[in-house]
Amino acid sequence: MKRRISRFCMYFFLTLGAVIMLFPFFWMFSSAFKTTQEINKFPPQWLPGHLSLDNFRRAFAMAPFAKYFFNSVFVMVCSVGLTTFTTILAAFAFSRLRFPGRKLIFSLLLSLMMIPFEMLIITNYSTIVDLGLWDTLIALILPFTSSIFYTYILKGFFDSVSDSLYWSARIDGSSNWRYLWKVMVPMARPSLTTIILLNALASWNSFMWPMYVISSDKNRTLPWGLQVFTTEAGSYPELLMAASTVVVLPVIILFLFARKYIVRGVARGGLKG
Amino acid sequence: MRVVLDHVTKRFADVTAVSEFSATLEDGELVSLLGPSGCGKSTLLNMLSGILPVSGGRIYFDDQDVTGMPPEKRGIGLVFQNYALYPHMTVMGNICFPLETQRVPKAERIERANEIARLVHVDMLMNRKPSELSGGQQQRVAIARALVKNPRLLLLDEPLSNLDARLRLEMREEIRRIQQRTGVTTIFVTHDQEEALSISDRIVLMKAGVLQQNDLPQSLYNEPANQFVADFLGNPPINNLPGTVEDGAFVAADGKARCALPMLAGVENGRNVNLSVRSESFVLDENGPMACEVTRVYQMGKEEMAYLTFGGTDFRAYIDSEEGLRKGDAVRLSLKRRGVFLFDRETGERIR
Ligand SMILES: Nc1ncnc2c1ncn2[C@@H]1O[C@H](COP(=O)(O)OP(=O)(O)OP(=O)(O)O)[C@@H](O)[C@H]1O
Ligand SMILES: [Mg+2]
Repeated sequence: MKRRISRFCMYFFLTLGAVIMLFPFFWMFSSAFKTTQEINKFPPQWLPGHLSLDNFRRAFAMAPFAKYFFNSVFVMVCSVGLTTFTTILAAFAFSRLRFPGRKLIFSLLLSLMMIPFEMLIITNYSTIVDLGLWDTLIALILPFTSSIFYTYILKGFFDSVSDSLYWSARIDGSSNWRYLWKVMVPMARPSLTTIILLNALASWNSFMWPMYVISSDKNRTLPWGLQVFTTEAGSYPELLMAASTVVVLPVIILFLFARKYIVRGVARGGLKG
Repeated sequence: MRVVLDHVTKRFADVTAVSEFSATLEDGELVSLLGPSGCGKSTLLNMLSGILPVSGGRIYFDDQDVTGMPPEKRGIGLVFQNYALYPHMTVMGNICFPLETQRVPKAERIERANEIARLVHVDMLMNRKPSELSGGQQQRVAIARALVKNPRLLLLDEPLSNLDARLRLEMREEIRRIQQRTGVTTIFVTHDQEEALSISDRIVLMKAGVLQQNDLPQSLYNEPANQFVADFLGNPPINNLPGTVEDGAFVAADGKARCALPMLAGVENGRNVNLSVRSESFVLDENGPMACEVTRVYQMGKEEMAYLTFGGTDFRAYIDSEEGLRKGDAVRLSLKRRGVFLFDRETGERIR
């Protein structure tokens, strides 16, 4: 009996939590299909009267969301691709290669993780301006081509691979380079999947940095474009909701597919250690 | 290929793992590297494969000095104790891997992989992953991977230590068979004397990084160079009777029991020695020089193992007796020629 009650309480609070978390999303989706009258009704109307993509059409006409979407995808692919590449190389170097000062350098890099992102914005901003890259897509990619945190996770995995695998490969005639790509990277696929997914999410949702370095409409990414759109379309909440749906939907789909990998990879990537 | 080790030494920060090691392995031989745990066997193997640089000495493959050569250039095959198969590749992928680095064309790769897989009997497992194989199968795949590139030298580091007793027995026959088929010079590391005695052409016995004896298996057993070799080989272990030499006779530790032995003829008086006798080298003989007392008798199938005492020292002997010995019997024993040695008690050196 006691157990039944505690189970009931547990499920009750879990359900409550889920409803609270999901409600804004529900409201966003349902409002994206409402007409202006429906959305301004009081008491509020839960579901739209009929499904129409009208709001999406109007929102897309008011701002170049397709362009924003392309920019977001382009920036994400480039920065995730480059970050993954540098992360793999750095993790391998710190895990396997012997060079003087390697422990010290790695500790210094780790200590850099203490510096808050907001502080980096200032220096990165002036670097980008000095390089003449202000208001270009490169400005959105360049500062995000390496990650100490992901390097740390991947190095943890590389360290756990037995030495004898490395020496077998060397004796079989492999160079370090070949060993890395033919043996280590395929073996690290679960960790890499996690890293890529987390990184993609972060890139997709990135808002503050684009706000500082992008001004022209054609270079905006989705979150920043949406923000500008908010001020322009402030009096049409249904259009705002439609635009938000476009921004959020890909992430939700990605997350649903990759949920399993994210959890698994984080659990075994040595985050606890 | 002939392998020559010339005063090879390896020092780590605080230990000398291998010290002034010199030996020659002839082409096509299977040599066991035998010794207790921590004596430097793996270290020696790693220097041969190029994984560890030497601290001193030189290594030659045939007439080529390979001392500073990187591992990928040495043309060796190596099987680690844990097999080190690539977990994400199939058996086929694993066996083909060394050939890919040599840029062998794909069709030939597959053909050679299949051929070698047949030799080690894993040809029906080509599409499995290592995690789907038993220990013995993994080991054979590892051997196949080491052999497929036709190495000049095959190194096996305790490849059988993860297997159960029966599989060990089977696999060591297998290794012997494969080695003889391919004729590749092979070094087989083990700390199991029986394994070494049963499969090798020659045994190199090490202790604390120092070569003790490099000889044929039967010579190692029948003609040990020193006390360590005599103690290391043989099951049950050799009996060591401490004592001194007086006028061509052996005087036991208690100072009373003595026996005259022809082999003591030339040995100076008062020298502290161990009379070391294998359990099978005692013979019941009423005119024998050793007066002993029986303390226990075990029936071991067709033989009897007797525990006896001579001059206060206990020892074991296989006794072939019609009437059967009993506890408390006083018997006289003589010694066979074979399996009886005299060692200096201070230096462990053999006295001949
Ligand atoms: N990297 C190292 N650094 C310091 N000492 C080492 C290192 N590798 C081995 N040693 C030492 O060298 C000695 C020989 O080690 P080695 O691994 O060659 O022994 P082994 O004969 O292979 O033993 P086992 O039968 O247990 O495998 C040991 O005392 C070991 O502690
Ligand atoms: Mg070892």
